Amino acid sequence: MIENVDISLVDWSRAQFALTAMYHWMFVPLTLGLAFIMAIMETIYVKTGNPEWKTITKFWMTLFGINFAIGVATGLILEFEFGTNWSNYSWFVGDIFGAPLAIEGIMAFFLESTFIAVMFFGWNKISKKFHLVSTWLVAFGANLSALWILVANGWMQFPTGMKFNPETARNEMENFWEVFLSPVAINKFLHTISSGYVLGSIFVLGISAWFLIRGRHKLLAKRSIIVASVFGLITSLFLVMTGDGSAYEVAQKQPMKLAAMEGLYEGQEGAGLVAVGALTPGKEYNDNKDAFLFKVEIPKMLSLLSYRDADAFVPGVKDIVEGYDYTNKNGVTTNDISAEEKIKKGKIAINALANFRKAKEAGNEAKAKEYRITLEENFQYFGYGYLNDPASIIPNVPLTFYSFHIMVALGFLFIALFAVALVFIYKNNLEKQKWFLWTALFSIPLAYIASQSGWIVAEEGRQPWVIQDILPTVAAVSQIDASSVQITFWLFAAIFTALLIAEIKILIRQIKIGPKDQEGGK
Amino acid sequence: MFESYEFLQHYWWFIISLLGAVLVFLLFVQGGQTLIYSIGKTDNERTMLVNTLGRKWEFTFTTLVTFGGAFFASFPLFYSTSFGGAYWVWMAILFAFIIQAISYEYRTKPDNFLGKRTFEAFLFINGALGTFLLGTAVATFFTGSDFLVDKNNITLITGDVSPVISRWTGPAHGLEAVLNFHNVSLGLAVFFLSRVLGLLYFENTIDQPEIAKRIKKQLLYNAIPFVAFFLTFVIWLLLRDGFAVNPETGEVYMEAYKYFFNLIEMPIVGIMFLLGVVLVLFGIGRSLFSDTCDKAIWPAGAGTVLTVLSLFLIAGYNNTAFYPSTNLSSSLTIFNSSSSPYTLKVMSYVSILVPFVAAYIVYAWRSVNNKKIDQDEMDNESHVY
Ligand code: HDD
Ligand code: HEM
Ligand code: HEM
Repeated sequence: MIENVDISLVDWSRAQFALTAMYHWMFVPLTLGLAFIMAIMETIYVKTGNPEWKTITKFWMTLFGINFAIGVATGLILEFEFGTNWSNYSWFVGDIFGAPLAIEGIMAFFLESTFIAVMFFGWNKISKKFHLVSTWLVAFGANLSALWILVANGWMQFPTGMKFNPETARNEMENFWEVFLSPVAINKFLHTISSGYVLGSIFVLGISAWFLIRGRHKLLAKRSIIVASVFGLITSLFLVMTGDGSAYEVAQKQPMKLAAMEGLYEGQEGAGLVAVGALTPGKEYNDNKDAFLFKVEIPKMLSLLSYRDADAFVPGVKDIVEGYDYTNKNGVTTNDISAEEKIKKGKIAINALANFRKAKEAGNEAKAKEYRITLEENFQYFGYGYLNDPASIIPNVPLTFYSFHIMVALGFLFIALFAVALVFIYKNNLEKQKWFLWTALFSIPLAYIASQSGWIVAEEGRQPWVIQDILPTVAAVSQIDASSVQITFWLFAAIFTALLIAEIKILIRQIKIGPKDQEGGK
Repeated sequence: MFESYEFLQHYWWFIISLLGAVLVFLLFVQGGQTLIYSIGKTDNERTMLVNTLGRKWEFTFTTLVTFGGAFFASFPLFYSTSFGGAYWVWMAILFAFIIQAISYEYRTKPDNFLGKRTFEAFLFINGALGTFLLGTAVATFFTGSDFLVDKNNITLITGDVSPVISRWTGPAHGLEAVLNFHNVSLGLAVFFLSRVLGLLYFENTIDQPEIAKRIKKQLLYNAIPFVAFFLTFVIWLLLRDGFAVNPETGEVYMEAYKYFFNLIEMPIVGIMFLLGVVLVLFGIGRSLFSDTCDKAIWPAGAGTVLTVLSLFLIAGYNNTAFYPSTNLSSSLTIFNSSSSPYTLKVMSYVSILVPFVAAYIVYAWRSVNNKKIDQDEMDNESHVY
């Protein structure tokens, strides 16, 4: 890394972003999932006119409201952190990144917050139909906000639709549709919202299972389980599909992240997929230690999933750092230059930018044009110019690897969970399966773990980049004291933890109180 | 229509100004939060006050979020410079809003860990600090801050200076703004204005004779300091030197009575400003001197929007630097800090949605608020804060 940036400032800023994003993400997936489940339940109520379904809908809505409020509280800070902590980032890519954020506010947040008020306060004031539409609009609004923020995030993983402008020293958007419809963004959106649906389904399933264990509110519990299991099974299958789609995009656009996800140090043709494994601690990319203490592999699967070709060559960490040129037995060649060369080219690009600007100020157009060409030729590696050590392009492999495998394993477990629930419902003996009910209850934290792990894979796996290949974290930070960021980090940690405790206590209490059978009252 | 870069930059400054203006009006929620204990003497009364505010807080909050997002998208260099530099002021503002978001929902829920009083304190802090600091921060649009912007920094990969393009020169990172009394006068004006608007909103939505009496008394106590601080700010503003931009060279220099001349040179803005001030005063007067009027929030609210809008416009239009630096050449103007023409154009198409959004907000608002809140409703509503 370059020496003129305080590394502890970068680390604290990253820690603060991770902390606040992960807190936000504790509440968002439930909002995404529960919103749809409530809407489905209310639709059944309106269709059948059975007041029991109204009670059920209102019960889950109470929990939704408690969760929603804290989601809003934690989201506010994230938006402004791009300015407060990543100020260089905000200028360097604000031209592209700001747009989805603004569109999110205009299109999604207002929709959601307006109709939430109608949904909560409208029961006795508006028609059944209008109320149902409001509930659906809340669900729709929540998903729309996910769409825009994930377009923004997808763009950071795979910058596209833009061009660097040396006159303004920033990247400028050239094609909105390329940013919006980028395959990375679309996959990310579909995978992330479906992960929210699965989490919501498990939440409803688990709490209903607890009611059955306690022998309370049996009708509510059974009906909720049916809705949650059907919705959960469909969305969890979809989740695996979109997860595969995400991994495919990672393989194409972020090969280093893929190598870290799989603990693949040395590239291979027909590479296998690690089903379970333990990494060797202290492994360096260029030592001769075996990367794994043990592993169980599915042969050829990694090549197949990453390139849709069982014999494709998948580059490992070492190949990407040192450069590679590989021809597989079908005669297909893949290659890339080493990190060291990329760093050189990156520095050429940055210096060309500096000289371009000097020439411009001096009014020397001919020189400026020359530098501009050099800059454009090397811009692809611009971000590498801020690094010095080739090894610094390697993310934290164990963290990425384990997070990925935990997520995937849980993804398959959840499919089984919903399927088994449906079998017992079909056989009409769900209540007697105490072991299953307990499993369902304890799956709730697992859903949260899977979900957080997914983000750790996505965000940790792309280190050191904020914008893949274009801007590393060291060059993205604001110029403040590390100690200031440290103070705000601890303030956020304290306040969010206090709010989280409050949220959990209130939720548990409301669950214990159960549905209110009579209308009105607190 | 969206073809000229200059038009787009003006258009987006207008949208930002409008969002800012609507935000200040919606701060009536914050103002109301600081009055819960002075207006509500019993638990039931306070519940009514909290609930009438609780149905609106999301609008203020979402407007704040959208204001931030739109500012980011249209003037990213402002976002980068101000948020990254005036770190502590913005962080303080954000903290004040974070604690608001959960307070309504959690205040009366059983087992809420922090206790009802804490959540009420959160609402109070949000109302007092949030309004005051927002006003103070916006005043720096006229008084300036100490920062340096140099886009060439991005190429510094060796040497002592980090590659950060904008940096604050003072150690207080924005908190120094509260040491300038001109900034503070706007902060206090916004604080008292939000309380005045909060009172007018209560008057409009609550049906309870005891509360109505206390509102009248409090209105007088808050209107007087509001007018005093507002006049201090405005007179000072009109007399001071402003940050002018030379349209040919982009050079920033100090010009005597700049903001006063902006009002004269843009007569429509000048008229809007005067009309806005008159409407606010009319609203306050109307409520104070009429026993039957409960709609004063509307003239006062419209007046607030007009006044704040015109203040934003004289900060950015007519060759003025909207975010000035005491290091003049670093000052931000709507020309040197905006997004590219392409982005502004894309965003302009999105902005066509705004009237549509406003329409469904009005529709939804009316469908839920078609009658005043009273004790009866508090007893029979299923979702009570
Ligand atoms: C309940 C949560 C959950 C579950 C069970 C899964 N995922 Fe996931 N995954 C997420 C929740 C999630 C997420 C939180 O939504 C992430 C984080 C960032 C993103 O785009 O989605 C994610 C990211 C993510 C990424 C990284 C994308 C990137 O870096 O851009 C990949 C490759 C996968 N997932 C693949 C899978 C596969 C193959 C699964 C097999 C079952 C799976 N996920 C289950
Ligand atoms: C809400 C779900 C999210 C979670 C849980 C999450 C998690 C994380 C984590 C763990 C890190 C730290 C990585 C590291 O520094 O080692 C991080 C960094 C970061 N993430 Fe996310 N992230 C989320 C969404 C997003 C989105 C949607 C964006 C952008 C639109 C984003 C932008 C960033 C940025 C700018 C950083 C700091 C720079 C960096 O360290 O890469 N994150 N996030
Ligand atoms: C780092 C990037 C992110 C930023 C800047 C951000 C910003 C925000 C803000 C400001 C709010 C409050 C909005 C309001 O006033 O109602 C919010 C809420 C929300 N955000 Fe995020 N968010 C981020 C990540 C995400 C991700 C990754 C998702 C979904 C995939 C998401 C989905 C939502 C949803 C559904 C809400 C509604 C409120 C809730 O239940 O939490 N956000 N976000």
